Amino acid sequence: MLVRAGRFRLYAAVAKGGFRRYSTYRVATAAGVFTNTVFGVILAYTFIALWDERPGLGGYDQSQALTYVWLGQGLLTVMSLMGGGFEVELIERIRTGDIAVDLYRPVDLQTWWLSADIGRAGFQLLGRGVVPLVVGALLFDLTLPAEPLRWAAFLLAVLFGVVVSFAIRFLVALSAFWLMDGAGTSQLASLAGVFFSGMLLPLNVFPGALGEFARALPWSALLQVPADVFLGTQSGAGLARLYAFQLGWATVLLTAGRLLQNAATRRVVVQGG
Amino acid sequence: MWIRSLMAYRVSFVMTALGNFAVTAFDFVAILLMFSQVDRLGGYSLAEIAFLYGTSGTAFGLSDLAMGSMDRLGKRVRDGTFDTLLVRPAPVIAQVAADRFGLHRIGRVLQGALILTYGLVVLDIGWTPLKVLMIPLMVLSGAAIFASVWVAGAAFQFVAQDAAEVQSAFTYGGSTLLQYPPTLFSKELVRGVTFVLPLAFVNWLPALYVLGRPYPLDLPQWVAFLPPLIAAGCLALAGLAWRAGLRSYRSTGS
Repeated sequence: MLVRAGRFRLYAAVAKGGFRRYSTYRVATAAGVFTNTVFGVILAYTFIALWDERPGLGGYDQSQALTYVWLGQGLLTVMSLMGGGFEVELIERIRTGDIAVDLYRPVDLQTWWLSADIGRAGFQLLGRGVVPLVVGALLFDLTLPAEPLRWAAFLLAVLFGVVVSFAIRFLVALSAFWLMDGAGTSQLASLAGVFFSGMLLPLNVFPGALGEFARALPWSALLQVPADVFLGTQSGAGLARLYAFQLGWATVLLTAGRLLQNAATRRVVVQGG
Repeated sequence: MWIRSLMAYRVSFVMTALGNFAVTAFDFVAILLMFSQVDRLGGYSLAEIAFLYGTSGTAFGLSDLAMGSMDRLGKRVRDGTFDTLLVRPAPVIAQVAADRFGLHRIGRVLQGALILTYGLVVLDIGWTPLKVLMIPLMVLSGAAIFASVWVAGAAFQFVAQDAAEVQSAFTYGGSTLLQYPPTLFSKELVRGVTFVLPLAFVNWLPALYVLGRPYPLDLPQWVAFLPPLIAAGCLALAGLAWRAGLRSYRSTGS
């Protein structure tokens, strides 16, 4: 029991480190917020044009659609939709062989990086998520939840989304054990991330079968699901279903990552470090 | 040198070029998805938007090919490797532009050109010699206007070394804005990109002349022919900003 508490403290410290590490880049964070805001404005006008033409498209009214835009800009770096989180460093460590040192440490590789990534996401949520949403609310007519419980439900969906995002990028990073270079898989993953998360367009606007297909993929847990929780399109059993969807993908992907990690570890030993 | 180093890994080169092609193609896929739900956006048809998208994308792709490395300047200033560029017997700006020159960015140009071709084929335009001439003119002037934004952004990085992302707002953000017709945006925004940061001259004004569409802000017809002049002016201003930035540069001393 004592050991377990120590473990928890360790990973909490790692998460705190991840948070603090990103909080040192203040100018870069401000620059990122500026860019997210500019893109938010451009995207918002295209959504206004689209919903002017088709009111109620995808089950959203125009105000909900605009809220979706700003949630997307706010969550873009939280979910590392275009890459650029821990996986860059992990791939580099695999490429250079430093990973051998990590594997000797008495900590679990996957849990270690998950903790660090949750810390990073926490900072991005405060540093890059809040301001675009506030600016968006000042410039456009957004639908913000009135009840605190919905905000809490949203934050939980964001946390589950971060775990799914981590699980995907962990698999991407481990591919470097076999490919020696993660550039190709990283690029493919960020392409899929931007498209299938609903960053370009809400997934419920995607036509027919493509929409259903996209909604079933893990990436929809990163943006579409938190946005739906925020916008209150689901409650009660529907809300539970959304969480179950996120946790289901998190379990499947984390397990796959665990199996791949074991296989990769054996590979390092075979190579002799 | 950078081209040769890229070509050393041909498969990787092809993959990243395709990746660049695909990244930008998704923007157009998003537009196609929108048009799966509507016939018009801001009063414009898909073919007209393809034309705007193609001209913006090609012009931006060319500028990205030539100047896209400019956002690495802040990093070089931070880690002190910028100093090595100063002692070499070649213009600093040429060295920064050629730093990790990425031929794989050709994917972006090809994607823009492809959509532009599609737009030109599908559109029903009463062609005149002037309108035909306008196409290469706007793409080249547009590339020059975007290039000056890259250079001005790089000059800004001498001051704010960590702020490379601000540059993205004007480069990538600008090219995204120009993919859509000006009727979508608020008057203030259109005014800003016409009179302050003259992105409207990249494609909006010349393209609306070709399409025979009314101009935003009730501008007179001859403004469509200004892009080469605007481009020259922007390049001159960006050059001044660059020199001021370079003069203000103090090495980290490491």
